[in-house]
This record gives sequence, structure tokens and C-alpha cells, in this order.
Amino acid sequence: MRINCPYCGARCLEEFTYRGDATVKRPESIDESARDAWVDYVYLRDNPAGLHKELWHHGAGCHSWLEVTRNTVTHEIVAVELAAKGR
Amino acid sequence: MAGTQINRLSGKGLVDREKTAHFQFDGEAFSGHPGDTLASALLANGVRLVGRSFKYHRPRGILTAGSEEPNALVELRNGARREPNTRATTIELYDGLDATSQNRWPSLRLDVLSVNQLATPIFGAGFYYKTFMWPAAFWEKLYEPMIRRAAGLGYPSKLTDPDHYEKSNAFCDVLVIGSGAAGLSAALAAAKAGARVILCEEDFELGGRLLAESDEIDGKPAQEWARAAAAELESLPDCRIMRRTTVFGAYDGGVYGAVERVSDHLPVPPEHAPRQRLWRIVAKQSVLCAGGIERPILFGNNDRPGVMLAGAVRTYVNRFGVAPGRTAVVFADNHDALRTATDLAAAGVAVRAIVDPRPQASAAAEQVAGEAGALYIRGGIENVRGAHGIKSVRVKDAQGGSKEFDCDLLAMSGGWNPALNLTTHLGGKPAWDSALSCLVPGEDLPPGMQVAGAAAGQFSLQACLASGEAAGAEAAKHCGFSPSALRRPAPAQDRAPATPVWYVENSRGKAFVDFQNDVAVSDVKLAAREGFRVPDHVKRYTTLGMATDQGKTSNLNGAAILAEATGRYLGAVGSTTFRPPYTPVSIGALAGHHRGKDFRPTRLAPSHRWAEEQGAVFVEVGAWMRALMYPRPGEAAQETVNREVSNTRTNVGVCDVSTLGKIDVQGPDAGELLNRVYINAFAKLPVGKARYGLMLREDGFAMDDGTTARLADDHFYMTTTTANAVKVSQHLEFCQQVLWPELDVQTVSATEQWAQYAVAGPKARKVIEALLDAGQDISNEAFPYMACGKFTVCGGTPARIFRLSFSGELAYEIGVPARYGDVLIRAIMKAGAEHGIAPYGTEALGVMRIEKGHAAGPELNGQTTAHDLGLGKMASTKKDFIGRFMGEREALNEAGRAAMVGLKPLNPKTRIASGSHLVKRDAQATGANDEGYVTSMAYSPELETFIALALLSNGPARMGEVVKVCDPLRGNETLAEVCSAHFVDPEGERLRV
Repeated sequence: MRINCPYCGARCLEEFTYRGDATVKRPESIDESARDAWVDYVYLRDNPAGLHKELWHHGAGCHSWLEVTRNTVTHEIVAVELAAKGR
Repeated sequence: MAGTQINRLSGKGLVDREKTAHFQFDGEAFSGHPGDTLASALLANGVRLVGRSFKYHRPRGILTAGSEEPNALVELRNGARREPNTRATTIELYDGLDATSQNRWPSLRLDVLSVNQLATPIFGAGFYYKTFMWPAAFWEKLYEPMIRRAAGLGYPSKLTDPDHYEKSNAFCDVLVIGSGAAGLSAALAAAKAGARVILCEEDFELGGRLLAESDEIDGKPAQEWARAAAAELESLPDCRIMRRTTVFGAYDGGVYGAVERVSDHLPVPPEHAPRQRLWRIVAKQSVLCAGGIERPILFGNNDRPGVMLAGAVRTYVNRFGVAPGRTAVVFADNHDALRTATDLAAAGVAVRAIVDPRPQASAAAEQVAGEAGALYIRGGIENVRGAHGIKSVRVKDAQGGSKEFDCDLLAMSGGWNPALNLTTHLGGKPAWDSALSCLVPGEDLPPGMQVAGAAAGQFSLQACLASGEAAGAEAAKHCGFSPSALRRPAPAQDRAPATPVWYVENSRGKAFVDFQNDVAVSDVKLAAREGFRVPDHVKRYTTLGMATDQGKTSNLNGAAILAEATGRYLGAVGSTTFRPPYTPVSIGALAGHHRGKDFRPTRLAPSHRWAEEQGAVFVEVGAWMRALMYPRPGEAAQETVNREVSNTRTNVGVCDVSTLGKIDVQGPDAGELLNRVYINAFAKLPVGKARYGLMLREDGFAMDDGTTARLADDHFYMTTTTANAVKVSQHLEFCQQVLWPELDVQTVSATEQWAQYAVAGPKARKVIEALLDAGQDISNEAFPYMACGKFTVCGGTPARIFRLSFSGELAYEIGVPARYGDVLIRAIMKAGAEHGIAPYGTEALGVMRIEKGHAAGPELNGQTTAHDLGLGKMASTKKDFIGRFMGEREALNEAGRAAMVGLKPLNPKTRIASGSHLVKRDAQATGANDEGYVTSMAYSPELETFIALALLSNGPARMGEVVKVCDPLRGNETLAEVCSAHFVDPEGERLRV
């Protein structure tokens, strides 16, 4: 598998580490009412067969966190963006 | 024997007859020629018996002429370079080659364990599941060792491999896999269109079957055409030809795995050359031209040496100029195999008969038989005689008559299977072609792959040339090139329908499907009777299709027998799943340079060379080598540690702490970022001060700890534990880039940039003062506990000094740019000499931190919370931070949780082992009574007792209680008193003087 890093170009898998689902959002509230959102954020993950947005870290390259859209069935990567969009 | 080569044919073959290569097989000397394989050279010398089979120790010969060989496995080379299970059919002959047969004792011709054949009924399908069921205790001690000794392949050398292996990457537009008629055509079409082409061939010669057949192309002999095509490819600038290179796997993203046997054809690798090189080839397009693998027809005693696939017979005759026998019978159900009779006859081998098992007589076959001077018989092989090599075959004709033919070679063919393995590596399924009676590549190919030639079921020469050219041009077109018009029209009739015959019914003796695993037709039928219906299940039950050849010559015959036995259509039964690698890949090639000390990089601390000079003993900590201790002559290890601790506590010691993670955090929002990652507050930390901080994971458990110093308003300098340096750095980048990109802050690892030493002990200040340039003040008033600042030392060298202490003594950590690290440790030692300075290693460091009750790796074990570590009160309630919400869950803060305490054994001389479990004083050591465990232990020279840190249920409320410390692994139980974890100087007075 190769990931086309926006800074470094197409680089092979060994340079990256995987974190997981990029669509989960850290809750902004720490009130008790946000409990379900926190449990969701910390523990619950979808496991789709098909396209999946996920976070990869280019630790042996530019140290960017990347949002990679990958097909979990074929490993095909259809999009790679910086996770810190707009900065 | 040398020089005889009784079966070498004159005027035939591509071997270099000008040169002779001497070799040994089972200690006997032979000779062959460069261009031979070990198999062809053995056959040239009349050697037919080359091995013993896996289970029954039956004598076996050479079945094929390629990498699909199931039988002729030998141990190649000797000593440290001995390699078991190499295929004689692919070993390129070289002068001095030494090979040994396998799985026989005491010798190949006289093998004691061939008595296993008499026990054949015991060794049927799934025999080890049925026969050795009980008593269970016998399995490990008796049955398994016995089976392993009796059944097996070769033995690896147990010596260290003296050769090295490489890994490399290659990139191309079009990867062509295989260099037969289709592959050469594809490579030429793509390369001439301008595409960057890589052509991989597992053999040492380009040409594939062209080398083995007496065909003609464009009016030239096929071998000559292949040579010309290879020469033309060599002349093209962007075509790279890789011989002796097997493409063994297709992976996602156009990546192909290949192994190049760089030096396997040489006695030893040349200096600096690897034995093998593992390639990762990234290709925009690929054309698979892997050819076909001939399949056998099965009959009784079909494994006797001298029974050979017909195509292999032609290879030995035409390519190597070797007659695999002197008198032959051909047994085939297809037109292609008839050429064998023609070629054998032309080479002067007597062909006794062509035996045709098909229901209808073939006029073409009858004609070929006539021309070759052979009888044409419709019927089948009933039996083969001759244990160590065929002496005769018995043929049963369609009328029921039976006739014995004396012969020493039986050439058989049940047609060809496309070598389509790579097409299924990404999950695609092959399709059944009912006209060809074989599996062909399915529609779901790896992206960018095309298949041409026999691998696509295009078996005729014209079809190979045409489909190869078309696929090569198409691949070039996909890469943006404009290939010229195709030269070769696709032939009108390229798919000769087959009438396959899988096995001969009612033949005598065992008819083997899988030669390598000794699986017979009867075993597959038995498995079917026992309820197995799926080829992959039958594989695991009978072992059909396992081991080094993965059933290349047996899978489809096995599936056909299964289909018949279960009353199903073969096309619906399908095949086993093909997975990489296509042929075995050595572990050495997969490991490459990553072995021994190069397994992974070693990181050396700045003081490493100096520490070596001091005779330090080192310990691996992650990738780092750290000084464990600095023993003096005659000292026992415990004495060294005690001395290093005592000297630090009474005089002064120095320890290299450069391996701790160091992270620079800079920007207007640096304080805010730290506020969100630590449980305690950092935003208001004054410039010139450092603070201890604890960070949690988002689920509320402790992740790492360390001190962070504020060097300027917008500049913090964080330290982490050695083990978590990378993880914390990645975590900060996650926080800053993913969670809160709006914060104006950047983080970067500075671990490698700064050399840092802890100078600790009552006399530490005197040592640091001696290093400081004039006019700088580190007195207790000017530079109190937890102060930090920038200084210069040793005549202008910039230094950062932090008044931090892990040891519990008055201490300074002094950091200088890493390049001054070696100079600084020598300067510290010189300045400290008059104060009795001595270096201390990680062992003494550990003792002192346990004496002070500081949590470290064993306590920060991923299962402890701030509460458990006694740091719960540190957590801020005024801000959100990573782990706050989940960390506040009730169960993570219950008093009953195991929390950190100290332990002192009632007998101070009793060692408490780390990992021991704690129960109440009078309780039994059972899981139900478990109340916690010991995390760290040490001998405290100051208190003259062993001490320990432990996680004990409700621990902080149980001070003074005596608990039982149980070490069931070593069978020890001892009593210890629960106490504060702060064993030494609990008020921290020594820190502040």
C-alpha cells in the first residue's frame, strides 16, 4: 500500500502509522449530558466494508496527520488530505 | 562417473558443451554443462532416483522441468549455506555444486522407513486426527516427535547464514511477468511504444516454452526467435530484464513482490553481492504471461522414477539435450503431447506406444504414432513396474486386453492449466472454462493487470504471440503511449477443446494425486465419503496441495476426483485459494538486512563512548543503549548499585538522561495546548519554572508523565519517559493538527538535539558552579527547586539548566547541544572529582526513584489512573483536558481500586519479587483473594532493607497492615508491611537546600 502524502508524494506504508476512524469528533462539552457522545467517541467505531475515512500519521516523513479515504475491501486509496485543513 | 553423461544427446539443446561443470549428488561425482539444471544434469548421467516421499518414503524421481516440481527436492550446498527443499528442476548447475537427497536413512536406495508403505492403511486421509487420538499425553512426547522424524522434508542448516540479502524498489509503466512467447511479445510491444518496461523471468534463460519446443516462428526456430527478441529488448533503453526473478505476489496499488536469486547459481556470492534480493515493483500496468502447468493423468504407481510430464520430457530433450530415457511410452489425452513422441523419436529414443485414454480414437494421434514407429493404443496405464525406476508399464486397452511394455520412460499429459495464481491474489476468483476443461483467469483481476498466452488459456503458439503483443500494446496505451499497429492477427481457432481424463479407473497400486504429500486418489475419495466437499477443506484434511509446491500439479486433479465422488460438476467445485507467494521465498530475503545488530537501528546516548571507556554495562531501553551500571573491578552487581546509590546520596553522582523524550513546544498558544494535554495547569506556569505533569489517554488511564519547563512566554520544553517519547510526540501532533488546529502552536522532537545529564547529590551545586561561566548564579535563592534557565558553561557553550530531581537529592539537569555531550560529561567528571563524583546507571536510578516513590514504566502500565498513582488531587477541575471526562467515571475513582503503596518485608533481607500478588495476611494465595501486585522492587542501601512499590486494593488506607506477598511461580510467600511509597526523605527536604 502506498499513500500519496500531500507534502511528500507517494510513499510506502512503512512510513505511516494508522490511528483509525477520521469521522469521530471529540465532544466539546464535559457535562454529564454528553456521556453518550463521549462513549461513542472513545469506544464505538463503525467497521465499514468499502470506503472509510481514516487517520494516518506520516511519522517517517513530514509528521502530518492525514485524512485518507480508503476502500477497506481493496485497499484502494481515493483521497488523501491534511487533517489540519485550512492551516 | 565424471564425464560419462550417458543420456546426453548430440547436436541438441542450449547447454554450453565447451565447458564442463563438476558436481556431487549424495557424495558421488558427476559432470554436466553450464546451462543445465541439477535435474537435467542428473538425467544426463542416468540418475533417476533423487528422493524419498514425505509419508511413505517411496522412491521418487523428477516429474517436471520447472518450479512446479513436487518430487525432486534436495538439500543444496552444505555447512552454513545448506538449503533444504530446493527443487532440482530450478537449480542452475555450477561447478562445485553439492546436493544431497532428503528424507531417507541410511541411504537413498536403502531407506529403512520405506516400511511405512506397508502401513499404508494407517496413513490415509486425516490419519493423524484418527490414529493418534489418545492418550492425549502421548501426543507431545511420543506421536508428534515420531511423526516428525519419519515424515518430513530436508533439514535447515542450524548455523548462521553467512550471506546477506537485500531489499530494493523498482518502478515501471509495464511489468511483464514471464518471458515465453507471450511475455516477449508483450514486452516488445510495450517497450517499443515507449513505455518503461520491467520483464521478470524466474528461469535463467528468457524464452519459456520456446526453449523447450521444436517450434518455428517467422520461419526461424523458436529458440532462435527467443534469443533475437531478448537481444532486441536488451537494446531498448527503458526495458529492464530481470532473469532469475520470480514475481511471487500481487498486492494493492500496483505493487508486486519479486525475489531475485542474485547468487544462487554461484558457488558463493561474489564479494558485496547479496545471495538474494527482494524487490517491491510498483507498476502502472502489468501483463501476466506466466504460462501453463501441465497436469498428470493418475494411475497405479504413477510416482515411479521415470514417470514424467510430457512437456518436461520435451524440455529435457530440446533445451538440455538430454534423453530422460531410452525407451518410452507416451500416455496422453491431448494433441499437444503428441509432439513428445515426435521429438523423442527424432532424438533417437524408441517410442513403444502412444496410449490414448479418450473415448474416441484420434486420427492425428494414430498418424503421429505411425511416424514415430509406435503403437497407438486406446486405453490406459494399469500399472508401473520398477521401484527405483520404471522397468515396464502394463497397458489395458479399450477392449479389455492387457499388454506389458518394457520402457524406462513414461511421458504423460492430461492437458495444461493456466498458471493464473497471481490473478487471484487480490481476491479475484478464477473461472471454469468448460471447453478447455481448466480454470482460466476470472474477470476480477488485480487493477491494471492483463493476462496473455497460456496463463489466459491461449495455449497455441500463434495465440501466445498475438495475445502477448495485444496485451503489451494495450498496457502501453493505458500508460499514455501510442503503440504502433499490431503485427500479429489473433488466430481463428486458438481454443482446442479438451476431453480431459483425470485418472485411470481400476488401476493397480496407489495412484498419487499429490506426490509431495503422498495423497492418493483413494484419500480424496475417502475424504469425500467422510463429508468433505470444499477443496480448501479437503486440502487441510488430506494435505493435498500443501507444502512447497502448493499443489501446482495436483490441485485440479484432486478437485476433479472430489467432484466425481460428490456427484457434482467440476466447474462448480472450483479450486483452493491461491495466496502469495507463488513459489517459496526464503526468510532471509524477506528479512533483508534486518538481522543481528541491524535488526533495527541502535540509538547511542551522547556519553556512550565515554561510558564504554568507564567499563559500563549497557542495557537496551527501546532502541537506546543505556548504561545500566559502572562496575569497578571485583565488584558484584549489587555492590555496584549500592555504591552508586550511596555515593549519589552522600556525595554527588551523574547520569545521562538524554534518552528521555524532549519536545519543544512553541507558539502563542503553547500554554493552552499543554493545559489540554496535562491533567494539571500549565498556562500560568511562570517563565523560568518547571512543573511535573501527568497526561492521560482519552479513556482516562495514565499515558505518560514528565516535567515541562517554560523557557519563554511562547516556549515550553517538555520531557517524556524514554519509552513513550515517540508516542507522546505523535499525540501532541494529533492534538495540534487534528483536535485543535485553531491553536497557534507547533511541536517538534528535540530528543536528538540535546545532551542532558542529571547531576545529583548534596555536592551537586558545587559541580555545576565549577562549570558555569563567570557571573551566573545558581544559589538556592537565585535558582530554587524547580527553577530553569539558559546559561553558558565551559567558556561560552549554551546550556539549559533545570533544577529537577528524580533521585530525591539536590539535583540539576544540565542540557547542551548534543554535539557537546561527550565534552560535557568529561567536564562534569573533572569538575566533580574533588567532590567524589561517580557516574550512576539506570539500575541505581531505578533504586532511587523507588526509594522516592516515583511512578515509572511498571506503574504507568496502561491500567492505572491518576487516582491509582496517588496523583488524583493534581487534576484540575477548571479546564477540559484529554481524559478528563472518561477519567471521572466512578469506577476509575473508587477507593477499592488498587492504588500505589510501598511495601517493606518484615525480614529486611527477604527479596520481594516484582509481579508477586498480594493477599490478606491470613488468606490463601488464590485468585479470589487477590488484592493487587508488586510493580517494582529494589534494595535500599540507605534503609538497609528490600523495598517495593505495589498496587494494592484500597492501599492508601491500609498503612501499617501486614499483607502476604505471593510468588507462585517461584513458590515463595513472605509477609510485608504496607507503608508510604516515599521511603526516603518523605518531606522532600533534600531537594530544597
